[in-house]
Parts: sequence; C-alpha cells; structure tokens
Amino acid sequence: MSLFDHSIKELEEKLHNKEISVQDLVKTSLDRINEVEDKIQAFITIDEENAMKQAKELDENPEEKALFGLPIGIKDNIVTKGLRTTCASLMLDNFNDPLYDANVVEKLKDQKSVTIGKLNMDEFAMGSGTEFSYYKSTKNPWNTDYVPGGSSGGSAAAVAAGEVLFALGSDTGGSIRQPAAFCGVVGMKPTYGRVSRFGLVAFASSLDQVGPITRTVEDNARVLEVIAGHDERDSTSANLEVPAYTETLTNDVKGLKIAVPKEYFGEGVTEEVKEAVKSALKVYESLGATWEEVSLPHSKYALSAYYLLASAEASASLARYDGVRYGYRSETGKNMIDMYKYSRSEGFGEEVKRRIMLGTFVLSSGYYDAYYKKAQKVRTLIKNDFEKIFEEFDVVMGPTTPTTAFKIGEEVDDPMTMYANDILTIPVNLAGVPGLSLPCGFSKEGLPIGLQVIGKHFDEATVYRVAHAFEQATDFHKQRPNIGGAAK
Amino acid sequence: MGNVISKEKVMHVAELARLHITDEEAEKLTDELKSIIEHAQLLNELDTSDVEPTTHVLKLTNVMRKDEPKEWITQEEAVKNAPDQKDGQFRVPSILSE
Repeated sequence: MSLFDHSIKELEEKLHNKEISVQDLVKTSLDRINEVEDKIQAFITIDEENAMKQAKELDENPEEKALFGLPIGIKDNIVTKGLRTTCASLMLDNFNDPLYDANVVEKLKDQKSVTIGKLNMDEFAMGSGTEFSYYKSTKNPWNTDYVPGGSSGGSAAAVAAGEVLFALGSDTGGSIRQPAAFCGVVGMKPTYGRVSRFGLVAFASSLDQVGPITRTVEDNARVLEVIAGHDERDSTSANLEVPAYTETLTNDVKGLKIAVPKEYFGEGVTEEVKEAVKSALKVYESLGATWEEVSLPHSKYALSAYYLLASAEASASLARYDGVRYGYRSETGKNMIDMYKYSRSEGFGEEVKRRIMLGTFVLSSGYYDAYYKKAQKVRTLIKNDFEKIFEEFDVVMGPTTPTTAFKIGEEVDDPMTMYANDILTIPVNLAGVPGLSLPCGFSKEGLPIGLQVIGKHFDEATVYRVAHAFEQATDFHKQRPNIGGAAK
Repeated sequence: MGNVISKEKVMHVAELARLHITDEEAEKLTDELKSIIEHAQLLNELDTSDVEPTTHVLKLTNVMRKDEPKEWITQEEAVKNAPDQKDGQFRVPSILSE
C-alpha cells in the first residue's frame, strides 16, 4: 500500500501527529517515479533536488495548514518561478527561468505543498491524447498501449500511477475531465472565473480554467478550496466568497433532481459507456435522487462553435511568440519579419499551427461575421440551454467522453474525428459552468469510464456533494492500475 | 456561404499569422481547413438573427484599479530569457529588408 492510498485529510492528520514526515511523502513520490516513470512518461521536468531540500526544511518547521507538505505535480502550461515551463513546445523549450508564479502556484506555495515536477501535455493544451507534446507521448497507466487523454494527460496519468498525490491541470474544452475519465481519477473544471488564470499560459482566454486532478472527490474539494478565489491580476476572476467545499460533502442527495440530456447518449457514444452511466443513475435512485431525460437542443452545434472560437482566441494568444523576448528563435531569415515567420514555423508543432491558421482565417476580413460572430451567437444558445435546464434541475449528468481511451497513434490523422472526443465536455466550457468527471465503471478491456456531473455557475459545492455521494456508494475509485514492476 | 478555402487563401492567411509554410504544407492545410469549415456550415442551420453574441459567460463589467507604480521586474530580469540580448536590450535582426 502506498501512502497515496490515504486521503489528503488523513495525510494531513498523520503529518500533524508525526506518524509520517514530509520527507516520507516526497520519497513516496520520487520512489514511485523511479519505479514507473519509464513506462508512463508523465513528466517533462522533475525537480527532485529542490523537493527533497524543501521536505527537510518543512519537517524542521512543521505548520498546520491545508495541503502542507503534500507532493504535487503541475501541468507545464502553469508558470512556476525559476522552474522551466515549456507548454510541451519547442517554442518554450528554453524557457528555463520564469519570472513569477501563477496565482494557483503562489497559493499552493503559501500552504507549503511540495512541487515534484512539471507534467506533460499536448502542446499549448491543444489535443486530446497528449500525443502532440514536443517531447513524448504519455501512456495510460491502465494500459500503456493507450493514451491517457489530453491535454492534461501527464497530470491525470501521474495521479493514477501514484507518482504524485494530486496535480493541477487546465481545461479549455475538456482537458481536465477527459484525461481524468480515461485514467480513472477525479477531475474538476471549475466555473469560469472561479480560479485565477494569472500565470496560466493562455490558449483561449474566454474558456480556459485551472482545476485539480485527484484520486477522490473529497481530495478534489480540498484542493479547490485552496486554489479558488479572487485575484485582481485576472480581470475575469470572480469576486465571490469560496465555500468550504469539504464541509458540504454530506452524502445527502435525497430529493436531488438530475437532468440527463438525451443528446449525450447519441451517435458515437459506445454501449459500454452508456451502460456504465445508466448504472450510475440507478445508484442515485437508490440514494433518493430522481432523474429525468431532458434536451439540450443545441449540443450538436457545440463542437463547430468551439473550434471556431477557441482557434480564433488561440491565434491571438499565440501571437506573442515572436522570438524576441523569450522562447525559440530561428537562425534562418535575415530581416525581422522573416525571423518571426521562421521562428514560429519551426517552434510550433503541426496541431498548433493548424489552429492558428483556422483562427486567423475566421478572424480575417470578410469572414469574421460568417464564422466568428456566428459561433459567438451559437454560444449564447448553448449557454441558454443550460440556464433553462438549471431552472428545474440541480445538476446535469452524462458520460464525460463518448468512448474509453483510444490507442496511441489511432486518431491523429483526421482532425474532425480527433476533435469529436471532446463533444460531451465542450458545451460546459462554452456555457462556463462547472463540470467534474469521476470514475463510474470499466470497459471489458479494463479501461476506466467517467461520469460527468455538471452544475450551475459557481455551484461547485453541489457538484462535489453529488459526486461524493456516488463515490461513497461505489468502489470504482479504489481500483488501481497494474503498471507492472512493484505496482499493486 | 460555399467553401471559401483555397490554396491562395491559405498562403494569405499564413502571411497574416506570420507563419512560413511550404507548398506541400499549404496543400495539406487547404484540405484540413476545408474539412473543418465544411463541418462548421452546420451552424448555418440556426437562425441567429435575433441572438446576441456571447464573448464572456459571466456578467462582467470593466475592472478598474488605481494607477499606482509597483515593483514588478527589473530590466535585467526582463531580458534574461531572451534568445539574444545586449546591454539590457533585446537584440533583433534588421527591421528593413536588405
């Protein structure tokens, strides 16, 4: 049994009672990395020396704080002062010495959590399999022939494999929830504005959110309590009180009204996934909740609207990489404009360039109204769909993904097939509501299936309470992958 | 609106995006963008003439703060991650073509 089989709450108590030390925890992490990282390939940077040094210091000066001394991993698009931050791109391969910490990192450092390293991802968070990393393809701990999902694939895989206790990811169209589903862990995309985006490298700024990936719902709630809250350096950050989420986990879902959109069980969703989610709904019935089939009629338009909007925003966000102030510079090109062009063409990977091209096109003169503005209007309709349902229901539920994890190399050829992976997570980003994925079953090949729980704006508390009640009634979250070696 | 993506259009967009693309890449991108834009024609099924566009989901107003100088970064820090720098300045190739 690994120390990481304990909950965050238990580990906080054990540390406080001196049953374990921070060094024990950090060593658990580093030993496990030694054991399985060759197979999983979750990390871009491992900060072993600093982690051990910090653990020793913390053991000498113990404090009673949430997340104190706990070993964590951070997705490599979240800026860490003095610790290389690459976005899994050649463009930032030499970005060795960032000048500041992201707000979420500041908060974790205030609590004295120990950063073990930076986690692999699709380049600039664009992808669904962590196959578009400049460095390497991360493997799914449940079966290393399969992808861990993406773009926060390194984060989900590292947590599932027990390499860190929890990790931070980012979610623009499903990038926390989809890999959490594929790796059998819990991933939360909070309400847009709940967590500061200061120091999260921008992909699509009206959609991006940082969130926790953990083994259990309770752990997830504990992490969000710490990282959420207002930050004046993010002008879209909401100035609202952050509830004590862990105190709302009452297990009580009696009288809860669940909306189940029929569109989330359509074409492309496998029978196994449908069955697992239907079984989950039966569990909720047995706990005293009721569910009803509803319609979110504009769901089928979400995928196209998302790719137009996210790519448009990305083309603007990524304009800053010009080879001047930081990042990659090409040696080709004798004047300034050519230097820009060659630096960007050589520094960005294929998928990133595809989206910059799409985004530049939809924003270009003559096409703006037909594509970009049209997509923004469709976004309004999708948002209205959710608002209407939430007048009558407490949560929306469905699968997180249409299928279980796909094989490495299987889907990268055709962009539209690949993008369809995110069809059930994208509407949540467009509407800005919170969404969480938690394990609800396994396919016959033994790959995890995710249940998605979607809540009202800023009502993460209900999402956690509802997800926690299911988790306590089932055993899916207690299953561990058999990675080989000394893994359980 | 029919499909408007052509190889010439792709070359023009690459120019706007400050990307250098080869002939071969332009052809591949033409096909890929065609397929994505074709899929996006689906949105035209919807009558959105009376719908307001959403840029942000939250009801946000402009956020103001006092304009006060603060410690941020030093000049030395500002250039330390630059690919080329000299005397605390970013160094770049000539701006005018030769």
